[in-house]
Amino acid sequence: MNRFLLPLGVFVLLAVFLGIGLTLNPREVPSPLIDKPAPAFTLQELHAPGKSLSAEDLKGQVWLLNVWASWCVSCREEHPLLVELGRANVVPIYGLNYKDKPDAAMAWLGEMGNPYKASIVDGDGRVGIDYGVYGVPETFVIDRDGIVRYKQIGPVTPQALKEKILPLVRKLQG
Amino acid sequence: MRRVLLSCLWLIASAASGADTDAELEPRLNRLAAELRCLVCQNQSLADSNAELAVDLKNQVRDMMRAGKSDDEIKTYLTDRYGDFVLYRPPMRTTTWLLWAGPFVLLAGGGFVLVRVLRRRQASLVAAEAQVVAGGANLDRARSLLAETPTDRRR
Repeated sequence: MNRFLLPLGVFVLLAVFLGIGLTLNPREVPSPLIDKPAPAFTLQELHAPGKSLSAEDLKGQVWLLNVWASWCVSCREEHPLLVELGRANVVPIYGLNYKDKPDAAMAWLGEMGNPYKASIVDGDGRVGIDYGVYGVPETFVIDRDGIVRYKQIGPVTPQALKEKILPLVRKLQG
Repeated sequence: MRRVLLSCLWLIASAASGADTDAELEPRLNRLAAELRCLVCQNQSLADSNAELAVDLKNQVRDMMRAGKSDDEIKTYLTDRYGDFVLYRPPMRTTTWLLWAGPFVLLAGGGFVLVRVLRRRQASLVAAEAQVVAGGANLDRARSLLAETPTDRRR
Protein backbone atom coordinates (compact mmCIF):
# COMPACT_ATOMS: atom_id res chain seq x y z
CA MET A 1 0.00 0.00 0.00
CA ASN A 2 2.74 2.36 1.07
CA ARG A 3 4.59 2.07 -2.20
CA PHE A 4 1.63 3.48 -4.15
CA LEU A 5 1.27 6.46 -1.88
CA LEU A 6 4.18 8.43 -3.36
CA PRO A 7 3.25 8.07 -7.06
CA LEU A 8 -0.36 8.83 -6.15
CA GLY A 9 0.70 11.97 -4.31
CA VAL A 10 2.83 13.09 -7.25
CA PHE A 11 -0.06 12.44 -9.60
CA VAL A 12 -2.55 14.43 -7.51
CA LEU A 13 -0.09 17.34 -7.22
CA LEU A 14 0.48 17.35 -10.97
CA ALA A 15 -3.26 17.15 -11.66
CA VAL A 16 -3.90 20.13 -9.37
CA PHE A 17 -1.20 22.22 -11.07
CA LEU A 18 -2.39 21.33 -14.56
CA GLY A 19 -5.98 21.99 -13.49
CA ILE A 20 -5.06 25.49 -12.32
CA GLY A 21 -3.16 25.98 -15.57
CA LEU A 22 -6.29 25.20 -17.57
CA THR A 23 -8.25 27.98 -15.89
CA LEU A 24 -5.65 30.65 -16.67
CA ASN A 25 -5.81 32.73 -19.80
CA PRO A 26 -2.43 32.72 -21.54
CA ARG A 27 -3.45 35.75 -23.62
CA GLU A 28 -3.56 37.88 -20.52
CA VAL A 29 -0.09 39.19 -19.90
CA PRO A 30 0.16 40.98 -16.55
CA SER A 31 1.15 44.57 -17.16
CA PRO A 32 4.34 45.80 -15.51
CA LEU A 33 2.77 49.28 -15.53
CA ILE A 34 0.39 48.59 -12.66
CA ASP A 35 1.18 50.93 -9.75
CA LYS A 36 3.67 52.81 -11.92
CA PRO A 37 3.27 56.30 -13.41
CA ALA A 38 1.31 56.34 -16.64
CA PRO A 39 3.75 56.91 -19.52
CA ALA A 40 3.81 60.50 -20.70
CA PHE A 41 2.36 61.47 -24.04
CA THR A 42 1.46 64.60 -25.92
CA LEU A 43 -0.81 63.87 -28.84
CA GLN A 44 -3.23 65.71 -31.08
CA GLU A 45 -6.91 65.45 -30.42
CA LEU A 46 -8.94 63.56 -32.99
CA HIS A 47 -11.73 66.11 -33.22
CA ALA A 48 -9.49 69.15 -32.89
CA PRO A 49 -6.31 68.66 -34.89
CA GLY A 50 -3.74 71.16 -33.75
CA LYS A 51 -4.92 70.96 -30.16
CA SER A 52 -2.83 68.60 -28.14
CA LEU A 53 -3.49 66.74 -24.93
CA SER A 54 -0.87 65.33 -22.59
CA ALA A 55 -0.98 62.92 -19.70
CA GLU A 56 0.09 65.79 -17.47
CA ASP A 57 -3.11 67.72 -18.32
CA LEU A 58 -5.22 64.91 -16.87
CA LYS A 59 -3.62 64.80 -13.44
CA GLY A 60 -5.83 65.58 -10.47
CA GLN A 61 -8.68 63.32 -11.54
CA VAL A 62 -9.34 59.63 -11.86
CA TRP A 63 -9.71 58.79 -15.54
CA LEU A 64 -9.97 55.87 -17.93
CA LEU A 65 -7.81 55.50 -20.97
CA ASN A 66 -9.48 53.33 -23.57
CA VAL A 67 -7.37 52.16 -26.51
CA TRP A 68 -9.56 51.77 -29.56
CA ALA A 69 -9.55 51.75 -33.35
CA SER A 70 -12.15 51.67 -36.07
CA TRP A 71 -10.55 48.51 -37.50
CA CYS A 72 -10.82 46.70 -34.18
CA VAL A 73 -13.62 44.16 -34.09
CA SER A 74 -13.87 43.64 -30.33
CA CYS A 75 -14.12 47.42 -29.85
CA ARG A 76 -17.63 47.20 -31.28
CA GLU A 77 -18.44 44.69 -28.59
CA GLU A 78 -17.46 46.92 -25.66
CA HIS A 79 -18.47 50.24 -27.15
CA PRO A 80 -22.16 50.35 -26.10
CA LEU A 81 -20.99 49.77 -22.53
CA LEU A 82 -18.57 52.67 -22.75
CA VAL A 83 -21.25 54.92 -24.23
CA GLU A 84 -23.47 54.04 -21.30
CA LEU A 85 -20.65 54.69 -18.84
CA GLY A 86 -19.87 58.01 -20.51
CA ARG A 87 -23.51 59.03 -20.19
CA ALA A 88 -23.57 58.10 -16.50
CA ASN A 89 -20.79 60.65 -15.94
CA VAL A 90 -19.09 58.53 -13.32
CA VAL A 91 -15.56 58.86 -14.63
CA PRO A 92 -14.11 60.67 -17.63
CA ILE A 93 -13.06 58.38 -20.45
CA TYR A 94 -10.29 59.39 -22.81
CA GLY A 95 -9.74 57.48 -26.01
CA LEU A 96 -6.41 56.55 -27.52
CA ASN A 97 -7.13 56.10 -31.19
CA TYR A 98 -4.51 53.49 -32.00
CA LYS A 99 -3.02 53.19 -35.51
CA ASP A 100 -6.12 54.40 -37.22
CA LYS A 101 -7.09 56.79 -39.98
CA PRO A 102 -8.69 59.92 -38.48
CA ASP A 103 -11.49 59.92 -41.08
CA ALA A 104 -12.40 56.31 -40.41
CA ALA A 105 -12.14 56.88 -36.66
CA MET A 106 -14.49 59.87 -36.72
CA ALA A 107 -16.98 58.03 -38.93
CA TRP A 108 -16.88 55.09 -36.55
CA LEU A 109 -17.61 57.31 -33.55
CA GLY A 110 -20.42 58.97 -35.48
CA GLU A 111 -21.97 55.58 -36.06
CA MET A 112 -21.35 54.01 -32.66
CA GLY A 113 -21.59 57.03 -30.37
CA ASN A 114 -18.78 58.95 -28.72
CA PRO A 115 -18.25 58.30 -25.01
CA TYR A 116 -14.90 60.08 -24.88
CA LYS A 117 -14.12 63.46 -23.36
CA ALA A 118 -11.48 63.50 -26.05
CA SER A 119 -9.74 61.02 -28.28
CA ILE A 120 -6.09 61.42 -29.02
CA VAL A 121 -4.46 60.21 -32.20
CA ASP A 122 -1.66 57.66 -31.95
CA GLY A 123 -1.12 57.14 -35.64
CA ASP A 124 2.16 55.25 -35.55
CA GLY A 125 1.42 53.36 -32.32
CA ARG A 126 4.42 54.71 -30.38
CA VAL A 127 2.34 55.71 -27.37
CA GLY A 128 0.61 52.34 -27.63
CA ILE A 129 4.01 50.68 -27.25
CA ASP A 130 4.76 52.88 -24.23
CA TYR A 131 1.54 51.64 -22.65
CA GLY A 132 2.35 48.01 -23.49
CA VAL A 133 -0.64 47.71 -25.79
CA TYR A 134 -0.66 44.42 -27.67
CA GLY A 135 -4.32 43.72 -28.28
CA VAL A 136 -6.89 46.43 -28.87
CA PRO A 137 -9.14 47.20 -27.02
CA GLU A 138 -7.38 47.81 -23.74
CA THR A 139 -8.53 50.02 -20.87
CA PHE A 140 -6.45 51.61 -18.13
CA VAL A 141 -7.64 53.06 -14.85
CA ILE A 142 -5.38 55.96 -13.89
CA ASP A 143 -5.59 57.75 -10.55
CA ARG A 144 -5.26 61.39 -9.49
CA ASP A 145 -1.49 61.21 -9.27
CA GLY A 146 -1.24 59.72 -12.72
CA ILE A 147 -0.51 56.19 -11.49
CA VAL A 148 -1.87 53.23 -13.49
CA ARG A 149 -4.07 51.18 -11.16
CA TYR A 150 -5.66 48.62 -13.42
CA LYS A 151 -5.50 47.35 -16.96
CA GLN A 152 -8.28 45.56 -18.76
CA ILE A 153 -6.99 43.54 -21.69
CA GLY A 154 -9.60 42.95 -24.33
CA PRO A 155 -13.12 44.34 -24.31
CA VAL A 156 -14.60 45.74 -21.11
CA THR A 157 -17.30 43.27 -20.08
CA PRO A 158 -20.30 44.16 -17.90
CA GLN A 159 -18.83 41.85 -15.28
CA ALA A 160 -15.37 43.49 -15.31
CA LEU A 161 -17.00 46.91 -15.16
CA LYS A 162 -19.24 46.02 -12.24
CA GLU A 163 -16.79 43.96 -10.24
CA LYS A 164 -13.45 45.59 -10.90
CA ILE A 165 -13.40 48.90 -12.72
CA LEU A 166 -16.27 50.77 -11.04
CA PRO A 167 -15.42 49.71 -7.46
CA LEU A 168 -11.81 50.69 -8.09
CA VAL A 169 -12.80 54.05 -9.57
CA ARG A 170 -15.06 54.75 -6.57
CA LYS A 171 -12.30 53.82 -4.18
CA LEU A 172 -9.77 56.04 -5.97
CA GLN A 173 -12.23 58.94 -6.10
CA GLY A 174 -12.62 58.35 -2.37
CA MET B 1 9.05 44.29 -72.05
CA ARG B 2 12.37 43.34 -70.65
CA ARG B 3 12.83 46.77 -69.18
CA VAL B 4 9.41 46.54 -67.50
CA LEU B 5 10.30 43.17 -66.02
CA LEU B 6 13.60 44.45 -64.76
CA SER B 7 12.07 47.49 -63.15
CA CYS B 8 9.44 45.22 -61.54
CA LEU B 9 12.21 43.06 -60.12
CA TRP B 10 14.03 46.12 -58.88
CA LEU B 11 10.85 47.37 -57.21
CA ILE B 12 10.24 44.02 -55.50
CA ALA B 13 13.83 43.81 -54.36
CA SER B 14 13.86 47.31 -52.94
CA ALA B 15 10.51 46.74 -51.25
CA ALA B 16 11.72 43.49 -49.73
CA SER B 17 14.89 45.02 -48.38
CA GLY B 18 12.97 48.02 -47.10
CA ALA B 19 14.04 51.57 -47.57
CA ASP B 20 15.58 51.98 -44.14
CA THR B 21 17.39 48.70 -43.58
CA ASP B 22 20.92 48.71 -42.40
CA ALA B 23 23.00 45.79 -43.61
CA GLU B 24 25.16 45.99 -40.51
CA LEU B 25 22.26 46.15 -38.10
CA GLU B 26 20.11 43.35 -39.49
CA PRO B 27 22.07 40.35 -38.12
CA ARG B 28 22.13 41.93 -34.66
CA LEU B 29 18.45 42.81 -34.91
CA ASN B 30 17.57 39.27 -35.95
CA ARG B 31 19.64 37.76 -33.16
CA LEU B 32 17.92 39.92 -30.56
CA ALA B 33 14.46 39.56 -32.09
CA ALA B 34 14.79 35.76 -31.97
CA GLU B 35 15.01 36.04 -28.18
CA LEU B 36 11.96 38.24 -27.87
CA ARG B 37 8.44 36.95 -27.86
CA CYS B 38 5.75 38.38 -30.07
CA LEU B 39 2.81 39.34 -27.87
CA VAL B 40 0.17 38.95 -30.51
CA CYS B 41 1.05 35.44 -31.68
CA GLN B 42 2.57 34.19 -28.50
CA ASN B 43 4.37 31.13 -29.76
CA GLN B 44 6.41 33.08 -32.27
CA SER B 45 9.44 35.20 -31.73
CA LEU B 46 9.54 38.79 -32.83
CA ALA B 47 11.90 37.72 -35.62
CA ASP B 48 9.42 35.16 -37.02
CA SER B 49 6.28 37.18 -36.63
CA ASN B 50 4.72 39.39 -39.25
CA ALA B 51 2.04 40.71 -36.92
CA GLU B 52 1.72 44.46 -37.12
CA LEU B 53 2.83 45.00 -33.55
CA ALA B 54 5.87 42.78 -34.13
CA VAL B 55 6.84 44.87 -37.14
CA ASP B 56 6.41 48.06 -35.09
CA LEU B 57 8.50 46.66 -32.27
CA LYS B 58 11.22 45.55 -34.65
CA ASN B 59 11.29 49.05 -36.09
CA GLN B 60 11.51 50.43 -32.58
CA VAL B 61 14.39 48.08 -31.75
CA ARG B 62 16.12 49.02 -35.00
CA ASP B 63 15.78 52.73 -34.17
CA MET B 64 17.18 52.15 -30.71
CA MET B 65 20.13 50.21 -32.14
CA ARG B 66 20.79 53.01 -34.53
CA ALA B 67 20.73 55.40 -31.58
CA GLY B 68 23.52 53.31 -30.06
CA LYS B 69 21.56 51.50 -27.34
CA SER B 70 22.91 48.20 -26.07
CA ASP B 71 20.95 44.93 -26.21
CA ASP B 72 20.38 45.10 -22.47
CA GLU B 73 19.00 48.61 -22.69
CA ILE B 74 16.62 47.52 -25.42
CA LYS B 75 15.48 44.53 -23.37
CA THR B 76 14.86 46.77 -20.37
CA TYR B 77 12.88 49.12 -22.59
CA LEU B 78 10.64 46.24 -23.67
CA THR B 79 10.25 44.61 -20.26
CA ASP B 80 9.29 47.99 -18.76
CA ARG B 81 6.36 48.00 -21.13
CA TYR B 82 5.41 44.37 -21.67
CA GLY B 83 6.94 42.58 -18.67
CA ASP B 84 9.31 39.64 -18.50
CA PHE B 85 6.84 37.87 -20.75
CA VAL B 86 8.59 39.25 -23.84
CA LEU B 87 11.82 37.51 -22.92
CA TYR B 88 12.16 33.91 -24.03
CA ARG B 89 14.94 33.61 -21.44
CA PRO B 90 13.35 34.84 -18.21
CA PRO B 91 15.68 36.47 -15.66
CA MET B 92 16.54 34.82 -12.36
CA ARG B 93 14.20 36.20 -9.69
CA THR B 94 12.51 34.99 -6.55
CA THR B 95 9.43 34.31 -8.63
CA THR B 96 11.31 32.40 -11.30
CA TRP B 97 13.83 30.35 -9.31
CA LEU B 98 11.57 27.30 -9.44
CA LEU B 99 11.48 27.61 -13.21
CA TRP B 100 15.26 27.59 -13.39
CA ALA B 101 15.97 25.11 -10.60
CA GLY B 102 12.98 22.84 -11.31
CA PRO B 103 14.66 20.55 -13.86
CA PHE B 104 17.68 20.06 -11.61
CA VAL B 105 15.47 19.39 -8.58
CA LEU B 106 13.61 16.78 -10.62
CA LEU B 107 16.89 15.27 -11.81
CA ALA B 108 18.22 15.04 -8.25
CA GLY B 109 14.93 13.53 -7.07
CA GLY B 110 15.04 10.96 -9.87
CA GLY B 111 18.66 10.12 -9.05
CA PHE B 112 17.78 9.65 -5.39
CA VAL B 113 14.92 7.27 -6.22
CA LEU B 114 17.13 5.38 -8.67
CA VAL B 115 19.90 4.88 -6.08
CA ARG B 116 17.38 3.68 -3.53
CA VAL B 117 15.77 1.23 -5.90
CA LEU B 118 19.18 -0.11 -6.98
CA ARG B 119 20.33 -0.51 -3.36
CA ARG B 120 17.16 -2.36 -2.48
CA ARG B 121 17.53 -4.63 -5.47
CA GLN B 122 21.17 -5.27 -4.56
CA ALA B 123 20.15 -6.19 -1.02
CA SER B 124 17.50 -8.61 -2.21
CA LEU B 125 19.98 -10.14 -4.67
CA VAL B 126 22.46 -10.76 -1.86
CA ALA B 127 19.71 -12.36 0.20
CA ALA B 128 18.69 -14.52 -2.73
CA GLU B 129 22.29 -15.57 -3.26
CA ALA B 130 22.62 -16.49 0.39
CA GLN B 131 19.53 -18.58 0.00
CA VAL B 132 20.96 -20.28 -3.05
CA VAL B 133 24.17 -20.99 -1.18
CA ALA B 134 22.18 -22.41 1.71
CA GLY B 135 20.03 -24.25 -0.81
CA GLY B 136 23.22 -25.58 -2.43
CA ALA B 137 24.21 -27.31 0.80
CA ASN B 138 20.80 -28.91 0.98
CA LEU B 139 21.10 -29.93 -2.66
CA ASP B 140 24.35 -31.76 -1.98
CA ARG B 141 22.72 -33.60 0.87
CA ALA B 142 19.75 -34.46 -1.28
CA ARG B 143 22.01 -35.72 -4.05
CA SER B 144 23.99 -37.89 -1.72
CA LEU B 145 20.75 -39.22 -0.27
CA LEU B 146 19.43 -39.90 -3.75
CA ALA B 147 22.68 -41.58 -4.66
CA GLU B 148 22.40 -43.77 -1.60
CA THR B 149 18.82 -44.89 -1.79
CA PRO B 150 18.83 -46.95 -4.98
CA THR B 151 21.81 -49.03 -3.87
CA ASP B 152 20.17 -49.60 -0.52
CA ARG B 153 16.99 -50.81 -2.20
CA ARG B 154 18.85 -53.06 -4.50
CA ARG B 155 20.32 -54.82 -1.58
